[in-house]
Amino acid sequence: MDWDFAATTFWRLMAALPLTLEVWFLSVVLGGLIAAGVVWMRVSGSRPLEILARAYVAIFRGTPLLIQLFLVYYGLASLPAVRHSILWPVLRDPLYCGVLALGLCTAGYQAEIFRGALLAVPHGAGEAAKACGMSGLLMFRRIVFPIALRHALPAYSTEMISMVKATALVSLITLWDVLSVALKIRNDTLVTYLPLILAGAIYFTINYILGAAFLSLERRLSPHLRARPS
Amino acid sequence: MGSRLWKSVALGAAVGAALATGAYAKEWKTVVIGMEGGYPPWNQTDSSGKIVGFEVDLANDLCKRAGVECKIIAQDWDGMIPGLKAGKFDVIMDGMSITDERKKEIDFSKPYAAPPAAFMAAKDSDVAKKLGAGKPVNAIKDPKAADAAIKAVQAALKGKTVGVQVSTTHANFASKYLKDIATVKEYKTTDDRDLDLKNGRIDVGLDDYPTVAATLESPDAKDLVIVGPEIIGDVFGVGEAMGIRKSDADLTAKFNKALDAAFADGSVKKYSLQWFKIDTTP
Amino acid sequence: MDILKIFGFGEGGWGLALLAGAGMTLLVSACGLLIGAVIGALVAWSRLSGNRLAGAAGEAYAALFRGLPELLVVYFVYFGSSTLLTTGAKLVGYDGFIGVPSFVAGALAVGVISGSYQAEVFRAAYLAIVKGELEAAVSVGMDRWLMFQRIIAPQVLRFALPGLGNLWQVALKDSSLISVTGLAELMRVSQVGAASTHQPFAFYVGGLVLYLAMTLVTTRLFDIAEARATRGMRRIAG
Repeated sequence: MDWDFAATTFWRLMAALPLTLEVWFLSVVLGGLIAAGVVWMRVSGSRPLEILARAYVAIFRGTPLLIQLFLVYYGLASLPAVRHSILWPVLRDPLYCGVLALGLCTAGYQAEIFRGALLAVPHGAGEAAKACGMSGLLMFRRIVFPIALRHALPAYSTEMISMVKATALVSLITLWDVLSVALKIRNDTLVTYLPLILAGAIYFTINYILGAAFLSLERRLSPHLRARPS
Repeated sequence: MGSRLWKSVALGAAVGAALATGAYAKEWKTVVIGMEGGYPPWNQTDSSGKIVGFEVDLANDLCKRAGVECKIIAQDWDGMIPGLKAGKFDVIMDGMSITDERKKEIDFSKPYAAPPAAFMAAKDSDVAKKLGAGKPVNAIKDPKAADAAIKAVQAALKGKTVGVQVSTTHANFASKYLKDIATVKEYKTTDDRDLDLKNGRIDVGLDDYPTVAATLESPDAKDLVIVGPEIIGDVFGVGEAMGIRKSDADLTAKFNKALDAAFADGSVKKYSLQWFKIDTTP
Repeated sequence: MDILKIFGFGEGGWGLALLAGAGMTLLVSACGLLIGAVIGALVAWSRLSGNRLAGAAGEAYAALFRGLPELLVVYFVYFGSSTLLTTGAKLVGYDGFIGVPSFVAGALAVGVISGSYQAEVFRAAYLAIVKGELEAAVSVGMDRWLMFQRIIAPQVLRFALPGLGNLWQVALKDSSLISVTGLAELMRVSQVGAASTHQPFAFYVGGLVLYLAMTLVTTRLFDIAEARATRGMRRIAG
């Protein structure tokens, strides 16, 4: 084994890590905001809005991210209306296109997670809050949100890890994330496995840390479930 | 006893898999050829799912001459050489140029095509105005003219964005001459690059002449033209050839012989004119 | 070019190719899901067996393949399977290369990923079986195999169905990554169609619609299956 080559490859991959994390973070945040809107539409009580929200979730969860990414990056840009709009400077940039595509996709999943968590809030808790005279916002902040958050965490943690993995597709749109650098090194040096193995180790480590962080958060947020005598 | 059993099981599985793909060792009855199937006009897929193109016609011709049966399978450009080394196929034919880096890993047949590289840009762009219409430059025969032409390209592309397919000789050209002058973007497929050129994300595309010509004939490409020097040689090497594993020297010899015959009776030139509209024989 | 002509079934039309691609997607995903079920059952069993070594191995497997990007797994399986087989064959004296057809490699990749998630679905389903039923089965003198057949398997399947439905959707979408191996599934057909006709937008929208149709129809089938599987439960509850 060529340790020099392994070390150089590793550091070249690490140099691409900030981009991977940037795409991940921005798309997760964007996805969370869109998801909040979608959930609001879904529980709004208005039939058209509800149908729209259902369609959104069906489309973005029911089709491969690869196609969504392609349509956002290459498809949108092929429409002259988009190229001549004020959004073009943003959509021209592959980074923002990647963030947009990944954000739209994760929003479909996050919306379902949020909705499931909202449904899990006991009815009585809301009634009790109202009986105490809490306003809608206060009730959401003090009662609904904390309970829903706890319910959402396990699924949310899985989705966050899925998104780290999803960032590996942005090589399609000319971004130099960890996997695309690994593939390039592989094609240039023609070493078949080592770059892939090192890239795999990096992704695995990030996801391991992320999973552990969410687990400890879960434990901290649910002290009432801890140390239950069996 | 136990180990004998394992051996026969493993051998059975091995033979079964070998039969399934037709990848035989030593006795070359069937040769599996890998290409992209999406790299017109070298090789492309028609609506019935069949791969057609210059390299398909050439491959069928050469296989007939070499007395082997050929099976063509598709695979992405990404991982073409690892695929060959892992035994996914026995020969690469995918517009692959002979380079020193690749020669360290695999063997090449004689080149079967040596088209020039060509730049394309929008008709009314300032790159097109500065570089003018395309004209051939041979870096092997006339290095001085090639140097001057490359300098002109560097001057015209200052601050521009250039698109190439990843891990190609064109990408090598960009990283050797344009890295510090222009922004270089590398694409998985030539098609993605062409889309970004039409969409205006990049100013210039660099590829081999037949591929560029095919792009210019596609819809929405009315505004694109070939500009600047059409370079032969330099980083582009001596031409495109079949890539074959180093351990299969007998196969390389077989195809070299077939290639000699196909050059001699004008077959290679015929396919070239048919698919590329120009003669690209080396 | 006319959109109708591109997606038509006549001369030069890509309609048939796209439908065949969709069929291939369904086939490779289904095989992947089945392979995943075998792997998932094994991993779940290893974690429930009480054997610490087996449990740790199962856990490591699940953690590894949930932590790696799917595309990376596809690359590993596609190239790795050939290399492994070739090396193995060399050990027993067979000299030469062994190719693994891209369909097999693709189904295996989808299965390896799916298995790491199915393990959890099966494990949770097993734990959802009321303990008393198992004790009752033992007390009426069922042997382990009969108990598995009559008590465990039917209920695990019933409880696992919603989770499997989700994983089927995931498998369907993961199968699009196999396109890098050249297998003519829907994503690959859309890509080569886009490249060969230079009509990317039409082909990717077409592919999107077909994927959506596949998920919607098959999800409906899983819903029906779920309703059938839980018929008995509802009768008891209501």
